[in-house]
Amino acid sequence: MFDDGVMAVSLADITTLSRLAESVLPVPEPFVDLLPSGGLVRGAMLATAGPVAQSLAMALVGPLTQMGSWCAVVGLEELGLLAASELGVELGRVLVVDEADPTRWPATVDALLDAVEVVLVRAPSQLSAATASRLVARARGRGSVLMQVGSSGSLWPQSPDFTISARSLAWDGIGFGHGHLRARHVEVEVVGRRVGGPARHGSIWLPGPDGAISRR
Amino acid sequence: MGDVRVRTLVVRCPDWSVYAAQPGPSDPLVVVRANRVVACSMAARSAGVEVGLRRREAQRRCPEVKVVGYDPGRDLRAFERVAACLDEITPGVEITSPGMLSFGTRGPSRYFGGDEPLGEKVLDAVRTALDGRWPAYVGIADGFFSALRASHQAQVDAREAMVVPVGCSDEFLASHPTSSLLEVLDVADLVDVWVRLGLSNLGLVSQLSTGDISARFGPTGLAAHRVARGFDLRPLDLQIPEEDLSVSMEFEDPLDRVDRGVFAAKALAEQLNSRLSELGVGCTRVQVYARTQGGEELSRQWRHEGTLSDVALAQRVRWQLDGWLSPSSGARSVSPAPSSGLVCLSLTPLEVQPDSGRQLGFWGGESRIDERVSRAIVRLQSQLGTQAVRLVQIRGARDPAQRVHQSPAEPDGRLGDSCPVDAPWPGQVPSPAPAVVFEEPLRVLVLDEAGREVGVSGRGELSAAPAVIERPGCARRALIGWAGPWLAQERWWDNQSQRRRVRFQVIDDRNEAMLLCVEGGLWWLEAAYQ
Repeated sequence: MFDDGVMAVSLADITTLSRLAESVLPVPEPFVDLLPSGGLVRGAMLATAGPVAQSLAMALVGPLTQMGSWCAVVGLEELGLLAASELGVELGRVLVVDEADPTRWPATVDALLDAVEVVLVRAPSQLSAATASRLVARARGRGSVLMQVGSSGSLWPQSPDFTISARSLAWDGIGFGHGHLRARHVEVEVVGRRVGGPARHGSIWLPGPDGAISRR
Repeated sequence: MGDVRVRTLVVRCPDWSVYAAQPGPSDPLVVVRANRVVACSMAARSAGVEVGLRRREAQRRCPEVKVVGYDPGRDLRAFERVAACLDEITPGVEITSPGMLSFGTRGPSRYFGGDEPLGEKVLDAVRTALDGRWPAYVGIADGFFSALRASHQAQVDAREAMVVPVGCSDEFLASHPTSSLLEVLDVADLVDVWVRLGLSNLGLVSQLSTGDISARFGPTGLAAHRVARGFDLRPLDLQIPEEDLSVSMEFEDPLDRVDRGVFAAKALAEQLNSRLSELGVGCTRVQVYARTQGGEELSRQWRHEGTLSDVALAQRVRWQLDGWLSPSSGARSVSPAPSSGLVCLSLTPLEVQPDSGRQLGFWGGESRIDERVSRAIVRLQSQLGTQAVRLVQIRGARDPAQRVHQSPAEPDGRLGDSCPVDAPWPGQVPSPAPAVVFEEPLRVLVLDEAGREVGVSGRGELSAAPAVIERPGCARRALIGWAGPWLAQERWWDNQSQRRRVRFQVIDDRNEAMLLCVEGGLWWLEAAYQ
């Protein structure tokens, strides 16, 4: 009887679990120690926040696009894709989708979660609890990652698995009337229920003087 | 080489998208695709709007302009009437794109007593179909490309038709600019290279030897070279398929809406192409045929320079379904809309040629998308529109917004040509690039220590060191660093669109960096390093 019960739940769960176990999507090396599980866990919802939110989001998806995985960007019209390329994103693996009107937005994101590894979004309006949990469930079911970019957290009824935020500490290379922006030193903070403990902090170059993302 | 040039007649209706969007009155109107003007009405043009401008720039030059999104379905719906009116003259009408069609003149010319009378006859029919409300130009010459150029020449000469005598197409083509190749081939980078090498017209291009072209520019170069010499790409190895290769699909539940047809179009296109690729050939001319529940038969031919990929094929079937199933409203219809839904749809390849692989991007090559991604693209494009789902390329330009080029995603993930990025572009702000580029720059105030607005001279010299920035809706922030100027004078050769801009980087007291631009004495926030 006990065995029967286990059998009944296992098939679907095993598929999901094995997919999850197999894959933590890679992130740039300086982020490995900061993120729970050392990367982007398939099926997770995370958020980037703070004044460097866009750079963080683009930096995080770089390595996976280089490995041939796809990333979709929904309705973040202002995202500087040139910067994405410089931060290591393989643009040939990026799908840019217009922000549909709020009624179509959930279906759009849903379809993309089904197709690509990571979907970068910013909620266009307050999401209902049902819509939000359907999207989260879709990501979990498909093993894709839902990443909120910038501070739209209040529009989501549930909090993300973790939030990664950063603030800019200093820019290198620029003076008062000379030079140009070259490297940025940021302080990264990761908080959330998946972090399992106090917030994690790290200090990185985003980007460094050589254009790469590195530990400081 | 045994190349023949098929005597061809081309009918071209310029700016067709404008007519399709607004048949009739000549208000200023632009058709916009991916934020750029792809067609504009005469009224808009006389206000200084031109094809290729950004939407914002077009609205700046002509504030009352009406902006309409690009919709190939709408264009074809309107064009179907033009194509149908020629069915009495010849059964061989082939649509190249909405606004342009062609057919071989051999039979019809003989019937109507020569090329000139045939041209007149065609113009009469087209004028009637358009109620004389839109211009149409006819070109007749040896080969499709020459005929197309002849139709342009007719427009330039303010005539309606131009006939290039038999055997004179070489001389005729020689004086045309190299860039006219872009009307039939997607070879922007190649043309760019040729023009920079001094090959400014087709005469110069055609003098190069085939061997040299092949060695330096590969198959793409060869194809363009052929076209420049007035040969059609198609008849190269043209075969009329001997066996019946057509594929068809029956619908139990009659097809009455275009969105349902999208899937059928894609499936049929894939089916046809996989059949053809087994035989090692690709299709250059295809007939789309449909039968309605009431037994009506509809058919239309499409042609293409080079073989049609799955996507290109599916697209044409989709446009054609759009033309049949949703005839333009209020139009005096030449071919009445089918009275009932479609029960059968079939594709018949009319001409095939050995397939040397699909056309590859000139610099990059072809990247394939996973089936999953491809399905999502098709699905989202059918819901949100083709323009709403895009792939990205980077190209050289000074303006951070212009350096990223987005084009509608083809479900097979193929990108068009892309420009190498590392070319030094004078006036370009050094990397890193800003992570946020505002669609519309924000007006800001930049003040010096004394609270006066900082002025910029023509050479980019500041009247005083910037000390404070004021953004609408934000608190004033002190500036702790700045750099620049980067001067950009764009399109200085054109009085209408020339822009002189000076850029500066600034950092505020929270270490947040911004890219500012000064134009016409005003400061704008263009981008932020967020």
